[in-house]
Amino acid sequence: MAVGKEIRKQIKSIQNTQKITRAMEMVAASKMRKAQERMQAARPYAFKIRNVITHLHYAHPEYRHPFVIERDAKRVGFIVITSDRGLCGGLNTNLLRSMLATMKEWSQKKTTLEICTIGGKGFGFMKRLGANIVSHTSHLGDTPRLEDLIGTLKVMLDAYTQGELDRLYLVYNHFVNTMSQKPEVELLLPLPPSELEGEKLTHHWDYIYEPDSKEVLDDLLTRYIESLVYHGVIENLACEQSARMVAMKSASDNAGGLIDELKLRYNKARQAAITQEIAEIVGGAAAV
Amino acid sequence: MTMTIHVDIVSAEKEIYSGTAEIVFAPLVTGEVGILPRHAPLLARMKPGEVRVRTGTEELFFYVSGGLLEVQPHVVTVLADTALRAKDLDEAAALKAREHAEEALRNRKTDIDYAKAQAELAEAIAQLRAIQKLRERTRK
Repeated sequence: MAVGKEIRKQIKSIQNTQKITRAMEMVAASKMRKAQERMQAARPYAFKIRNVITHLHYAHPEYRHPFVIERDAKRVGFIVITSDRGLCGGLNTNLLRSMLATMKEWSQKKTTLEICTIGGKGFGFMKRLGANIVSHTSHLGDTPRLEDLIGTLKVMLDAYTQGELDRLYLVYNHFVNTMSQKPEVELLLPLPPSELEGEKLTHHWDYIYEPDSKEVLDDLLTRYIESLVYHGVIENLACEQSARMVAMKSASDNAGGLIDELKLRYNKARQAAITQEIAEIVGGAAAV
Repeated sequence: MTMTIHVDIVSAEKEIYSGTAEIVFAPLVTGEVGILPRHAPLLARMKPGEVRVRTGTEELFFYVSGGLLEVQPHVVTVLADTALRAKDLDEAAALKAREHAEEALRNRKTDIDYAKAQAELAEAIAQLRAIQKLRERTRK
């Protein structure tokens, strides 16, 4: 029967798409869980470092590391973490939009901006925008390693220590829960004093330093910033996967809806054809 | 009972070990040290090597590529690096990241056109919203 051949074809193609979106949904769900676990696993390190930094801050109130000193903002740096791939709803778009607002604010104050991008989407956007991208990494995969970030970050941190940057922002998606991700534009440097203070120490004691307290503090602060950015990368990854999962789920649902609709139309057309045929036969018989 | 000390070995990526030990050996830049319970507070830089944790029954080995060691009378924390860190190595990585950006950036314009960018993003968001609406309508 020739009736509804196109509709059948359409249904078939939508079914194929649905299969793909379903599979992507499931893959994203499992990757999301792993990313969440990784987020948990990275927490103790940052926590420990922060404790030690707090202590050092109290033990050496006279030593001001460049990361702590606040300067007039003439040049502002941004580290923007996005996903490499699309098909994750409005995740990157929303993030870039809130970043753009901050960027605009700063450039109205006549500051120059320097951008460091982690992830392909942010890079593509910034490139089209014509922004000054000073360093870039992408394709970190599903298990990003701190190692892959060191170089990119060093460019920004060195610029900060040498006074070429006066502010450094970290832009990433904060993982609230599976259904919602919140774009964050966080001030990374100078370190806000509250970060260093924490709880007051009750009695005074100090470490034995090996080799030297300042060197150790430098090391600690660099690692602390690195761990913050690393955490941002992992959190963004979890966001990406959950956003993709949700996007793919709704895509599968939509495909289902479309298929139902098309099936209804197909059946109607088929029945109409049969009815017409019967009517023709009956009409023919009556004429004889 | 012998005295024990709590040991935490963590890296930026995960917690590697947590438990109690009788003695902990760590490779500091100035040489290897052994930390016993009630050691004076110490904060030191480590070089690549192995951290050895001796518990009552066995001795555990952990390779670290540098990092920091924090000692308090009853707690030892090893903040391990997962990557080899040296000044020139870091420098090379930084250079690579910079080149990576430059290479991908050939022929870019100079001024940032915020209006255009905002329009672009607004369009993308409008599209998403339209899809959302469409979806709600088909559900009904």
